[in-house]
Amino acid sequence: MSKASYFRRYWQLYALLSLPIIYFLIFRYGPMYGVQIAFKDFNLFQGIGGSEWIGFDAFREVFGMREFYSTLRNTFMLNFLDLLVSFPAPIILAIMLYEIKSVWFKKISQTILYIPHFISWVIIGGIVYQLFGNQSGMVNEVLQGLGLSPIPFLTEKNPWLITYLFTGVWQSAGWGTILYLAALTGVNRELFEAAEVDGATRLKKIRYITLPSIKPTIVTLLILNLGKMVSIGFDRPYIIGNTAVREYSDVLSTFVYRIGLESGQYTLATVVGLFQAVVGLVFILGSNYISKKVTGNGII
Amino acid sequence: MSERTSNRIFDIVNITCVTLFVLFCLAPFLHVIAVSLSSNRAITSGEVTIFPIEVNWNAYINVFSDNAMIRSLIFTIILTVATTLLCMIFTIAAAYPLTNTKLKGRKFFMYLIIITMFFSGGIIPEYLLIRDLKMIDSVWSLILPGLVSPFNLIILISFFNNIPPSLEESAEIDGSSHFRTLMSIILPLSMPVMATLALFYAVGRWNGFQDSLMYINNPDLYPLQLKLFQMVQNNMVSELTQMEGANRTALTPESLKAATVIFATVPILAVYPWLQKYFVSGVMLGAVKG
Repeated sequence: MSKASYFRRYWQLYALLSLPIIYFLIFRYGPMYGVQIAFKDFNLFQGIGGSEWIGFDAFREVFGMREFYSTLRNTFMLNFLDLLVSFPAPIILAIMLYEIKSVWFKKISQTILYIPHFISWVIIGGIVYQLFGNQSGMVNEVLQGLGLSPIPFLTEKNPWLITYLFTGVWQSAGWGTILYLAALTGVNRELFEAAEVDGATRLKKIRYITLPSIKPTIVTLLILNLGKMVSIGFDRPYIIGNTAVREYSDVLSTFVYRIGLESGQYTLATVVGLFQAVVGLVFILGSNYISKKVTGNGII
Repeated sequence: MSERTSNRIFDIVNITCVTLFVLFCLAPFLHVIAVSLSSNRAITSGEVTIFPIEVNWNAYINVFSDNAMIRSLIFTIILTVATTLLCMIFTIAAAYPLTNTKLKGRKFFMYLIIITMFFSGGIIPEYLLIRDLKMIDSVWSLILPGLVSPFNLIILISFFNNIPPSLEESAEIDGSSHFRTLMSIILPLSMPVMATLALFYAVGRWNGFQDSLMYINNPDLYPLQLKLFQMVQNNMVSELTQMEGANRTALTPESLKAATVIFATVPILAVYPWLQKYFVSGVMLGAVKG
């Protein structure tokens, strides 16, 4: 096919594609051009291109900051604890749902369990305050009603950590069951029948049939979750956190926001952001590689 | 113990556990609904748990008579609808050509897009870009930066790939243009996945918070989430200062905060159950292959 006739035939596709490509170039690749200010003494008036190069000076400054290490530690700590608590929850829940025979009960349960996933962290923050506030939170009112002393869920480090983890389970456990339930639809029903003939109990069937059949999904998700150890969303720690517990709640993403947009130290904030992006990339590619080796499944 | 009774016990325990988990998901909402409907006296004396006490609609009447709140709600609705529409147009415009294996440069464009899933400039360069484009305090700062989600795009591409190619070929033989094939064959066949992606985009926009925090200073353009955040943050500050003995006279009453939370949640709860059956398969499509 000649070039002209190829183009006559496919120009419409290129015309369509040009819209999103322009979007990607401006709004996704545009910021990548701005990353250079990590190596510049960025000055708002001179702009990105006009500011002076300073090499790795800003990196040295960031790596000398005590706060940088505490936010890095918090990012790992919160992600790791979250993984410990939030990762098994959907597995258990999916197995329980799978064992339910009543179709309507299962459907209603799933509908309700998915809801928290669609609730914003701002709203969850509002709910958390209503439930766990020191003064008027419901949980503390109940504790006091029982003659117990209130727990400072939001204003002291360790109780706050529990609140943070708890909201994570609440928000993600139900939604997380989707993939496991999907994996379970592929299980051969005859396996269960055969096990029944052999006299296996329900728990034995779970252990020897259900669990092994979702094992690949579990392993893949676990590895991919490990790959997200340095990337942490902004909304959750920012909204659930507060100045009283900053020692634990300040993570890389909130640190970048704070030093960049609140204090105007664009260069330093960009350095932290770049550090996070590069280490995050290494983690995600590494975990993807491991995932492919171990399970044959990856994301790319 | 016979097999039947042990089966029965298993079912009872299992259903109880699931029910408890469901209640665990539901209880926080019930509490907030209860607070929004209770009298201030009952709330401050700590009587309200999951049932409203001394029911009244004052908080809702207050929310609905607050002009700024209504303006914010209408703005957020329009913003969400407009964003969702634009996102869908752009995502379809990317997915349809990229499904066509005869398209030259297809691989290159795919890589161009997928790279952005793994590496981004970070929020400071993004902020500077928005600033340089003069979009601070403009609605565009809330719409344009997130027009295409690569994740959603991949879901759509896998869906389009599953449509039998013979359908397209026969349309082509009949002289249909690509635009026409897309509009009259591909899109009508893809309604379930369209509904799913529209839900994802709409929920993302409705719940979006960080971008408005960064780009919007003009209170007339505050989306609901940002307004809500300020109320909640007000709470947090009072929690902290209260310990130091400050008074909390200037605070929004609890019932009003609760009513606002409900107010911002209801629209999602209203649409999502209708789309549930679609998005479950949508998520699976996206997860299987990236």
